[in-house]
Amino acid sequence: MAKTVVIERKPLSLSERTYLPQIVTGLKTTFSNMFKEKVTLQYPEEKPQLPQNYRGVPTLVKDPNGREKCVSCQLCEFVCPPKAIRITPGSVPEEEEDREHVEKAPQEFEINMLRCIYCGYCQEVCPEEAIFLLDEYSSSGYTREEMINNKAKLYELGGTLPDKHYKWDKKKDAEEEGNAH
Amino acid sequence: MEFDPEMLQQLGLKALFALLMVGAVMTMAGYSVLAERKVSAWMQGRVGPNRTVLPFVEHIPLIGPFLKGLGIFQPLADGLKFLFKEEIVPGHVNKVYYYMAPLVALVPALTTMTVLPFGEYFDEAGNSSPLILANLEVGILFIFAVSSLGVYGIVLAGWSSNSKYPFLGGIRSSAQMISYELAMGLSLLPIFLWVSVPGSEDSALSLVGIVNSQNDGAWLILVQPLSALIFLVALFAETNRLPFDMPESETDLVGGFHTEYGSFKFGIFFVAEYAHIVVGSAIFTTIFLGGWHFLPWIADPWPATWIGTLLGIGWFLAKTVCLIFFFIWIRWTIPRFRYDQVMNLGWTKLLPLALINLIVYVLLVTWLDQPPSATP
Repeated sequence: MAKTVVIERKPLSLSERTYLPQIVTGLKTTFSNMFKEKVTLQYPEEKPQLPQNYRGVPTLVKDPNGREKCVSCQLCEFVCPPKAIRITPGSVPEEEEDREHVEKAPQEFEINMLRCIYCGYCQEVCPEEAIFLLDEYSSSGYTREEMINNKAKLYELGGTLPDKHYKWDKKKDAEEEGNAH
Repeated sequence: MEFDPEMLQQLGLKALFALLMVGAVMTMAGYSVLAERKVSAWMQGRVGPNRTVLPFVEHIPLIGPFLKGLGIFQPLADGLKFLFKEEIVPGHVNKVYYYMAPLVALVPALTTMTVLPFGEYFDEAGNSSPLILANLEVGILFIFAVSSLGVYGIVLAGWSSNSKYPFLGGIRSSAQMISYELAMGLSLLPIFLWVSVPGSEDSALSLVGIVNSQNDGAWLILVQPLSALIFLVALFAETNRLPFDMPESETDLVGGFHTEYGSFKFGIFFVAEYAHIVVGSAIFTTIFLGGWHFLPWIADPWPATWIGTLLGIGWFLAKTVCLIFFFIWIRWTIPRFRYDQVMNLGWTKLLPLALINLIVYVLLVTWLDQPPSATP
């Protein structure tokens, strides 16, 4: 068991009781602080260094072939704690050749940035890796309507991310080789 | 009264000088606010205001960005903001005194500077006379009398606001003023004893006399360091600066006496506080730091012409600015005293110390000034 040692506080000396030497020490400290490097970031000109796993504004991304990855499964809409996501599902037109085998796509995809809490559940739950919280962190607008990101805006923010799977390519190949699972 | 063109001319000149001086002090007060913000920022590792700039200055190469970085135009923006903000008068205030309080706070701060000498000019014969608005024989008494009136502004503001925090601020302010005024006055008595020469016609209460006694000799801060210390501490209390800013201690009284004030009326309180600091620094410079005279024991190196006058004024201003910096420096170094500690320090430490200091110097001056025949 640890033993508590009570240290007697020494009575203050006369010079200590005048406060003056202590004040002089304090003055030295503040004065030397004046010439140290400033820690402030000049924000709009200098941007902060964001960490790799930063959770910014949620965005929709396309695969390197320029195809929409979202299949409007609505899992993100379901998981979203503040109910910020609203998806209107739609179907993919048959004639679009580069999107063969994709059955559905969102007709409209809205994320209300006034509700979003940047929790990242949507990114976590997405089976198609279509929604990502990227490094965009400042969103502003003059009206409430402006703060609802629609599909076009979301794709504009998200852009294209590298894809490991090329799911639709695999599916197409599998069908052509008669190996559909 | 007979019309006298010479008197009219004199009056006009005086009015012009007065306007110039008010302008100078107000400008300095405005820029001390900027200095406060900048210095506090630097001491805390920040950069301070560096965005405000006039549109055309921005485009001057090198100088423009430099001035912008220094925040030179920030006081302008602050002043305009105070001027154009909506004036809100709470319904529960006593209107007459509520409107009067800021003025009562500002006027004494600006009145004290009339008796403040800030330089000297030389006529053709080389005789010097002080630059001063009103060369009172009892200048320092006038300063004491008027500067303590400033507290009425704070007390009035606290009382007329009819709300608890301003009220507490007002009470604290008056108590603090009473406790430090005494020590302040007592700390200066040894100065007068020291400066006055027996049998001299000059009044030792004249600020000009005090400054000239430090020409070519020791500054009074070196002769009487304890008096200087007590005076400085009391000056901090008198100007409501940290560590003694009891009336507006933000952490426990919201805003203190000016909690219920907004827009320009608050601005006036703000300017009054800084005008107090400017004038207080100037008084300390005059009494203890040799006024416009060069270094201790060194005669003024500048010629006895208008160049000397300008350099002297510049030197005086430089000392004052250093003291203002010291005021700011202290503010960002020392935490606030607790209210009872402030009272304790004033009554049980500073006042006895000032008394002892006075007695010691009375004995010393008596011993020094005794006629040579009386010495054994």
